[in-house]
Amino acid sequence: MKQEYIITVFSEDQIGLLSRITIIFTRRKINIDSLTVSASAIPGIFKFTIVIKETLDRVQKVVGQLEKVVDVMKAYFNTNEEMICQEIALYKVPIEELFESDKIEQIVRNSGARILEITREYVVIEKTGHTNETQQLFDELNVFGVTQFNRSGRVAITRSSIEKLSEFLKERDALLEQVD
Amino acid sequence: MATQRVSGSQAVILSLLEEGVDTIFGYPGGAIMPIYDALYDFDQQVTHYLTRHEQGAIHAAEGYANVTGRAGVCFATSGPGATNLITGLADAQIDSIPLVCITGQVASPLLGTDAFQESDVISITLPVTKWNYQVTSAEEIPEAIAKAFHIATTGRPGPVLLDISKDAQFGMFDFEYKKCTKIRSYLPEYPVDPFQVKAAADIINAAKKPLVLFGHGVILANAEEELKEFIEKTGIPAAWTLLGLSSLPSDHPLNVGMLGMHGNYGPNIKTNEADVVIAIGMRFDDRVTGKVAAYARQAKIIHLEIDPAEINKIIKADVPVLGSAKKSLRMLIGNVNQNSHEAWVQEFRDCDKIEYEKVISHDIHPKKVGLTMGEVIRIASEKTNNDAILVTDVGQHQMIASRYFKFSQPRSNVTSGGLGTMGYALPASMGAKIGQPDRVVFAVAGDGGFQMTIQELGTIAQYELDIKIIVLNNNFLGMVRQWQQLFFEKRYSFTEMKNPDFVGIAKAYGLASQKVTSRDQLEDAVQEMLDHKGPFVLEVVVEKEDNVFPMIPTGASISDILLEP
Repeated sequence: MKQEYIITVFSEDQIGLLSRITIIFTRRKINIDSLTVSASAIPGIFKFTIVIKETLDRVQKVVGQLEKVVDVMKAYFNTNEEMICQEIALYKVPIEELFESDKIEQIVRNSGARILEITREYVVIEKTGHTNETQQLFDELNVFGVTQFNRSGRVAITRSSIEKLSEFLKERDALLEQVD
Repeated sequence: MATQRVSGSQAVILSLLEEGVDTIFGYPGGAIMPIYDALYDFDQQVTHYLTRHEQGAIHAAEGYANVTGRAGVCFATSGPGATNLITGLADAQIDSIPLVCITGQVASPLLGTDAFQESDVISITLPVTKWNYQVTSAEEIPEAIAKAFHIATTGRPGPVLLDISKDAQFGMFDFEYKKCTKIRSYLPEYPVDPFQVKAAADIINAAKKPLVLFGHGVILANAEEELKEFIEKTGIPAAWTLLGLSSLPSDHPLNVGMLGMHGNYGPNIKTNEADVVIAIGMRFDDRVTGKVAAYARQAKIIHLEIDPAEINKIIKADVPVLGSAKKSLRMLIGNVNQNSHEAWVQEFRDCDKIEYEKVISHDIHPKKVGLTMGEVIRIASEKTNNDAILVTDVGQHQMIASRYFKFSQPRSNVTSGGLGTMGYALPASMGAKIGQPDRVVFAVAGDGGFQMTIQELGTIAQYELDIKIIVLNNNFLGMVRQWQQLFFEKRYSFTEMKNPDFVGIAKAYGLASQKVTSRDQLEDAVQEMLDHKGPFVLEVVVEKEDNVFPMIPTGASISDILLEP
């Protein structure tokens, strides 16, 4: 059965690595729902957070292929429940709608969103949360007409108390010593 | 180490020398000219072979890597030179062949401007390289080349490509070379886990009907001796994949033949009767397994494999043993009991008898008028005491040659397995001959594949490469025709070929050649070819509508292998 998985790939910082990673998905006709690239907590090591909907078997195989990439150190996969994840969304709504009634203000308050910027023409609202939450806000605001919308890729960290990669790197060093 | 001030181009050659390279296959052009200019001064240390097409160069490098176990090196220019390497890269990637390919690139300020002969080689080659890297300054060259050789030759080997911009080739810097032995993000192989070895040995020691399936991984790990020792100690019959061929002598009593679609009868049906299957350095290709859901379901699977991504990829392993085949087999030998499985081995011999009567005898000792591919292969093998190197192309002749050519030494079979690249044999045989100049090298091709890279006859003539070229001509794309006959109601859609006079073509290149059309000429012609000093093209006109059997139809179980249509 397909379900959402978050794949986390730790890698060296190399030009072209993003392509090398994404072709592993495209070759198998797997759609990437969200992709975020950022620094990790370990200096010099980058982190790709990739969200796909797939079966467990396919996710395991994809992770195996990701780890074959020379510049990739380690890839993990988790379900949403195993991770703390957030997305950020920005919404632009015409300014008249804000002044016409207090509905928008109420929506913003109730959803835990905040107003980032107000100009003569528009208001920009920011909301951080899960996809369904940012989507719900979109649906509510869109009653008044959202003229621009953008949602970030998912960022996620594990619920474990340490960065698993640090342990991995120690083990890897030991393994590299063992293999001549 | 003292440094010396050199150009990027000189650094390329000096770095290759540091890696022990003495043979390069290539084709010059605008963007790689500085490197070729540097090469001009090193003719005492390096021999460069100018092929007639970049595809020829890369397949030659593959053939060279195959027979020597060293990385094959090839040069090409930017743009079309580089794109002509793609088929060879894909071939080497799927067959795990170590290659270091160096392409010239336009000067770095021109990158992305659609400059003359610019192509985005790094992006194009991403899916067909183990690693690739673009060099845009001379200083990067030694480290990039050191890394390239380390990655290409260690772990599960594969092709790497370095794209070097023209300005990097011209740049001057202080050269210093340090071999690469370790990359933080890259673990070539796992150390073998003694617990897994013990678990495997326990299963093997208790097995009643065990079967070994060995593949290319045995050769890549130089584990031929360990394989032999392992099967001799345990008495387990062993069958090979197309790329495992020649790692165990053909006449070894425990060698029970070829797996897969056109493999032998015994090893295919017995895979579905074995209680334990020990897969060594093989990846359960679909041509080996047939219908996966009906493959070895009854057996416990032990999988000795260097690449973790291959474990459970197609067939679930009960006991995976990660690591190089050489090390895991060595440890396994220490843990298994001396044993024999005479009755079980006899079952394979009984199958051989059936196959011999129904198929093999008609193939290699035919009574009918037309010549068969099988008899040509048998004679070529016999006349060289089963000790030659066989380089095959792709198609019917490839299956026939793999079935009937006999081997006594490892690294003697060169073929395109995973990709099935027609046009492979002729250029790959050049690399094989250059890598093993003292051995007889046969290039066997069909009339279709031969014409895909026929221009390499020019290279063979120029360097007088003593290759015995056999063209098995049925004026058809034989394997496709066979499938059309069996599965497409004999609708021979675009498989018949009007061929040129191959003897005339060979002559035009200044090569000795002969054409054989009847059985009474065959033995003498093969002998004449072998006695001739230098390259020889032997065209043998074979029966048009011969088929390769046994055969496992696509989607069928290996148990349903057909001995006849």
